[in-house]
Amino acid sequence: MTAVVTTPAAAPSSATTLLDELRAAVGADRVRIGAAELSLYRRDASNFDGNASVVVFPADAAQVQAVVTACVRHRTNYVARGSGTGLAGGATPLDGAVVISLAKMNRILSVDADARQAWVEPGVLNLDLSKAVAHLGLHFAPDPSSQQSCTVGGNVANNSGGPHCLADGVTSAHILACEVVTPEGDIVVFGGEDPEPLGLDLRGAFVGSEGMFGIATRICVRLTQNPPAVRTMLLDYSSVEDGAATVSAIIADGMVPAALEMMDALCTRAVEEYIHAGLPMDAAAILLVEVAGLPHGLEHEVERIIAIGRAHGARNVRVAQDEAERALLWKGRKTAFGAIARIKPNYYLHDTVVPRRKLPEVLEQVYEIAARHELLVMNVFHAGDGNLHPLLVFDKREPGVMARVHAAGEEIVRVSVAAGGVLSGEHGIGLEKRDYMPLMFAPADLAAQASMRAAFDPTGLANPTKVLPSPAGCGDVHHVPEGAWI
Amino acid sequence: MDLTDFASAVGPTGPVTIAGSSTRGGAVPDVRVVHAPSGIEWIQADEMIVSCGAATPVAELDDALREVGQTVALPLSGTVGGALAVGRSGVRRLGDGPVRDVLLQAHYISAAGAMVKAGGPTVKNVSGFDLCRLLVGSRGTLGFLGAVILRTRPLTAVSQWFRRDGEPWDVFARLYRPVSVLWDGAATWVLLEGHADDVHEQAALVGLAPTDGPPALPGGGRWSLAPSALRSLTGSAGFVAEIGVGVVHHTRPAPHREIAAPLVALHARLKHELDPSGRLNPGVDPAAEPAAVAAAR
Repeated sequence: MTAVVTTPAAAPSSATTLLDELRAAVGADRVRIGAAELSLYRRDASNFDGNASVVVFPADAAQVQAVVTACVRHRTNYVARGSGTGLAGGATPLDGAVVISLAKMNRILSVDADARQAWVEPGVLNLDLSKAVAHLGLHFAPDPSSQQSCTVGGNVANNSGGPHCLADGVTSAHILACEVVTPEGDIVVFGGEDPEPLGLDLRGAFVGSEGMFGIATRICVRLTQNPPAVRTMLLDYSSVEDGAATVSAIIADGMVPAALEMMDALCTRAVEEYIHAGLPMDAAAILLVEVAGLPHGLEHEVERIIAIGRAHGARNVRVAQDEAERALLWKGRKTAFGAIARIKPNYYLHDTVVPRRKLPEVLEQVYEIAARHELLVMNVFHAGDGNLHPLLVFDKREPGVMARVHAAGEEIVRVSVAAGGVLSGEHGIGLEKRDYMPLMFAPADLAAQASMRAAFDPTGLANPTKVLPSPAGCGDVHHVPEGAWI
Repeated sequence: MDLTDFASAVGPTGPVTIAGSSTRGGAVPDVRVVHAPSGIEWIQADEMIVSCGAATPVAELDDALREVGQTVALPLSGTVGGALAVGRSGVRRLGDGPVRDVLLQAHYISAAGAMVKAGGPTVKNVSGFDLCRLLVGSRGTLGFLGAVILRTRPLTAVSQWFRRDGEPWDVFARLYRPVSVLWDGAATWVLLEGHADDVHEQAALVGLAPTDGPPALPGGGRWSLAPSALRSLTGSAGFVAEIGVGVVHHTRPAPHREIAAPLVALHARLKHELDPSGRLNPGVDPAAEPAAVAAAR
């Protein structure tokens, strides 16, 4: 149920500096302005650098409220931040913004095993939440690859995904309510523990708003039952097309596997050399398929998937025989990025979605684009969702390589959208995709989104210049926003 | 789907209201009425998506989807647009999820009479701010839905209702992802779906016996309680509660609820931003308790 907890405190009677007010709000030791520390917070895990003027570490909603109120009084932009694992620059501070780190707000406040709900602070790490409720036979379903280090608050801000979102849905489907410090400094609750809170779905609008609609200070998540049984399979192919055709055929057969992941040849080889999981070094593509549920249905699905795989040219089918083997197969998928570091020191990870039926054609275009720009590309992605993750790998010391990386990246986004896809599956828009929004949306569409922003943040100070292209930039693609560099 | 005629009908000025099949309250009285296009544009079974006009009857859509072994998680009454605009789930919500998660992309007509697109056509999409979630349940006050892309789901081999005397708590705790668990204070009804052997084993696990269907739902009020609060109904009667969800179909009207003042202001700002002159479904307040809306199955 929606409720106001408190309203902002009155303004200080005498003129004070922002820094003074921040120190009063959270304590002097939790306001950092040292050059080394500011440098750590100038970016997230994207390739965009910004600059922070101060980093604050509030301990509770009242302190966040005091910080936001101070920023508003001094007309200073602010950016909320979790672990900084975001890949689209959503948490990159621009123009000397105040960075509000929620890392200290990392308590699991309550778990209701009967109702399968939990209230957590935004700085709780995704995987820590699942570990904390494992003894109850429950978990938090969104599982980004960064789940060991990303926060639930960050998942909410970006409406994050992960391999298991194919069956269970993205973060939005698992968030029941958010206590939010609004840009106007009120503490309110969007959504509720109850199924039909009165009014508009403010919760739904808030999830994925990338810190531009307010700052979540408590989050009520839905917990999901752990499946009684899980079967994990690895299928390998001599062509990417066969692997992709298998993906479509599995879905068309009426199955929604818990996860359906693909790696291409270069990625598979890199991973195998890194972790020695017994992956086929000569495969053009491998599919990792996981089904979960009750035992009889599961056996039926395993049989169907093997038959469909073989009918579409699978050379080998390996069914994990125990939990250790399952973990090994998943380790291959989840450590792909580590493996890639052995090939080239830098990578740029893209994130687009295309209709599953277009996967072979778009992958072909991705290879062609990379070749034309003389770049290596590896693909490791959520095939079941059509969620592509082309990884451009390079050595940034090579002169001129960054220009080629960005040109190739832009072409990958364009071919994905042209194939009927979308700009991002799970990383968000942030700075990275902001100026690509006109590829998908007409001015009237963007104006409607800008209306949401204007309604949620009348101050315009909550993480501005993200997500929405500036009106002058519509129709144009300029990749480097003002105040940032790559 | 071509929405040009629909956009012209909505136009840029003057009060206007939208009607589907009037199963959920219908048009605002004494205001010019428009109707969205009807009909299924396409079904892509291998993508698990469907595109249709907002005035398409849910039953018609469901029939067409069943031919390809799929269905859509909307209550089986009225139109697709009406189901989305009201945003109320049927008794399968525990398994199917809320209505709001069904909508992937919306093409709607704005208060300016313009065609606007929200969301993306794929099941997984991050496409800027999530206007689709805001439209679901907005009762036509922010824009009139014209055509939508919805997420579908596969039908299962077996779908069977069961019943057992007594309280639902251990049934809910022990079963793996039942599609529905209902309780009227005296007996528990459960909908199980999946492989036949799994369904029978699950039913046997908690002593359920097959039955024809769910109980009749009282229509006096639709309560929204936290699932943890449903135990407070113990000892009373005149209700059917959705366990694990919190919707209670009651003979009595729902308890009064209020929205906090800052949220009232936010509702007003959203309405003002998206419909500055208040011309869309005038007088309808999505933040008011929807007493006039009958419980939809």
